[in-house]
Amino acid sequence: MILKAKVYNKLFGFESLKEVMAKANEEKSGDELVGIAAKSASERVAAKLVLSNLTLEDIYNNPIIPYEEDEVTRAIYDGLNLRIYREIKGWTVGYLREYILDHKTTGEDLAHISRGLTSEMIAAVAKLMSTMDLVFGSKKMRIQSHCNTTLGVPGTLAFRCQPNHPTDNIEGMMASLKEGLSYGSGDAVIGINPVEDNVETVTRLLDTVKNFMVKWEIPTQNCVLAHVTTQMKAIEKGAPVDLVFQSIAGTQKANDAFGVSAAILDEAFALAQRQGTATGPNLMYFETGQGSEVSLDAHLGVDMMTLEARTYGYARGYRPFMTNNVSGFIGPETIYSGREVIRADLEDLFMGKLHGLPMGIAPCYTNHMKADQNDQEMGTLLCAMAGSNFFMGVPGGDDVMLSYQDTSYHDDASTREILGLRPLPEFEQWLEKMGILENGKLTERAGDPSIFDK
Amino acid sequence: MAVANNELEKVIIQSIMEELAKKGLLSQKGKDHVMAAAIMDTPIVPDTHSEDMVTFPALDEMQISNPFNADAVRAMKKLTPARIGIGRAGTRPKTISWLRFLADHAVAQDAVFLDVSEEFLQRMNLMSVQSAASSKDEFLQRPDLGRRLSPEAVKTISEKCEKNVQVQILIVDGLSSTAIEANIPDLLPALMQGLKSSGINVGAPFFVKNGRVWVQDHVASLVNSEVIISLIGERPGLGTAESLSAYMIYRPDETTVEADRTVISNIHKGGIPPAEAGAHLTDVIKEILAAKASGVKLNQQK
Repeated sequence: MILKAKVYNKLFGFESLKEVMAKANEEKSGDELVGIAAKSASERVAAKLVLSNLTLEDIYNNPIIPYEEDEVTRAIYDGLNLRIYREIKGWTVGYLREYILDHKTTGEDLAHISRGLTSEMIAAVAKLMSTMDLVFGSKKMRIQSHCNTTLGVPGTLAFRCQPNHPTDNIEGMMASLKEGLSYGSGDAVIGINPVEDNVETVTRLLDTVKNFMVKWEIPTQNCVLAHVTTQMKAIEKGAPVDLVFQSIAGTQKANDAFGVSAAILDEAFALAQRQGTATGPNLMYFETGQGSEVSLDAHLGVDMMTLEARTYGYARGYRPFMTNNVSGFIGPETIYSGREVIRADLEDLFMGKLHGLPMGIAPCYTNHMKADQNDQEMGTLLCAMAGSNFFMGVPGGDDVMLSYQDTSYHDDASTREILGLRPLPEFEQWLEKMGILENGKLTERAGDPSIFDK
Repeated sequence: MAVANNELEKVIIQSIMEELAKKGLLSQKGKDHVMAAAIMDTPIVPDTHSEDMVTFPALDEMQISNPFNADAVRAMKKLTPARIGIGRAGTRPKTISWLRFLADHAVAQDAVFLDVSEEFLQRMNLMSVQSAASSKDEFLQRPDLGRRLSPEAVKTISEKCEKNVQVQILIVDGLSSTAIEANIPDLLPALMQGLKSSGINVGAPFFVKNGRVWVQDHVASLVNSEVIISLIGERPGLGTAESLSAYMIYRPDETTVEADRTVISNIHKGGIPPAEAGAHLTDVIKEILAAKASGVKLNQQK
């Protein structure tokens, strides 16, 4: 393994693969905070040069976090198809980049090699890619999943309707839900973040939404984003859960802090299969984001991007219906600016897809970041061009419960119309029946929550 | 200022005209015409005497054109602070909704990125020291630096602050300078008066710039007070940038954890009003002093 590189007249040496992986990253405040980022622009390029020359076998043989010490590493290595890995282990990371971008390489080809790639290999190749590389590579990959409806159908773009309320007020939540549906948002899932994480609140929200879905014959999924163990208790008491949600991260230590483990997720998945309300087979909804391990002080000296890839390696065994990335949610100590968040969103979309995950992106921001609505809209359009399966939908872009900004109902409708994308097929039929959408465009009737109040 | 700009503009226009004329791209007649226009003085004098101004409509105003059921939309808007019933232009927001969003984000960003003014600190008679974070950028990207004092601050506090008091009050900007300027003028006098009238010995309050919650532990190690309370600006939402929190701890040391702090948040005119908060905090501090404990340990004694 050659860990030295010369950039013109300057020689750079690195101690380990871990150091090369960190220093090859584009600038992000979280890597700076941990003290593992490249010290100069030249050192960054040197690290990329070293990385481009490493083989996939080099990466396989040098786990970033030891197998014995970390459940996430075990999930990644145990889930690997060794036959496919052996066919490609001699490839360099630089060659892998060119293979991904080659015209002859199809989405099918990428889905095949995906099974022989560890998360660290996927992170490594993404570190060599520019913005347009990431969009180009992502666009080739279409990953479909099925819960009650099919997500990721070519030519479609779906949205989670996120009608959060600061006190879990049912009527207030319903008002935001109706507004969202009237803009065509909600085909991926109707997903509510509760303030109170208890069985009673979760059940009340699930029941209310399910009844509304039944009454208006809305073809979608139902989910309340409480802690997985709260949702499990709610399912056992008969609450109508289509999708089981959980936030996950890229180290066992971080997952411990989230109160989750492979054992808990296995049990939740099994419970959703036995007692959930959905058709399946995909019944899980994960959220992830670069920087969560840093904010929990559980990064183990590994860079944020590699940890995010590891999170996808952990997720893929559960065959989720949707994986949503919220890198912009965590804060300026991990991702400081609009530029950093757009880069993270594109990396995450690409890395998630190369793991075979049905990815969506929340190109979001908080008020203490140096980012604004223009950054968010650029990120949204780029991710939509790169074939994100879904985005969020928040009234006016302002989540009044979680206090951050995300894609609005307006942005949802706009992105579809700008790029000529359609809602998921069943949902589009429903929108047409309701008179909200016609030939892929909002009608005069759209954008009015009172159409549900006869 | 307007005149100076105008002079500069003339010089620029003139030099551009001359360049264009040299390259034969502008006739003498054209040049004269442009210069004549530039020379006409149009000073911009803001009309400060007029009562006319542009403002946002009331928040609860329904913005949907031709709603199916206008009363239902109005009723829905009362049920949630979410931005619903805001209408659209094509698929995009209406102009006024978009500008309101921009205004709310601008107010939030100003709260985070602007400093508490020197004039305010003087008016409140607050001594000012700084954390180890030397700028807002550094403060936001390096939480560790905001948790400890700069060497100059250590020196100033050691020299000027009264030691071994019962209560030391800190005003910390945190993530909202706006929250400090909005609440401290009512909150601080109420709290000081409450503590003093209860016979509690209080050190002179002072201000910590670019500080986080944990900076109180560093201050406590210097002044050796029994209780230390930080009045700190919360991360602004789009709804309000004025919310303030109070973090109190009894004799913090190296073994202190987050659960050892007692927290009262949501102090602002739309939450716990600042003067009322002063009285409430006095009661909480009395409990902490009596129990010689704060946070979870205090709750366990109740």
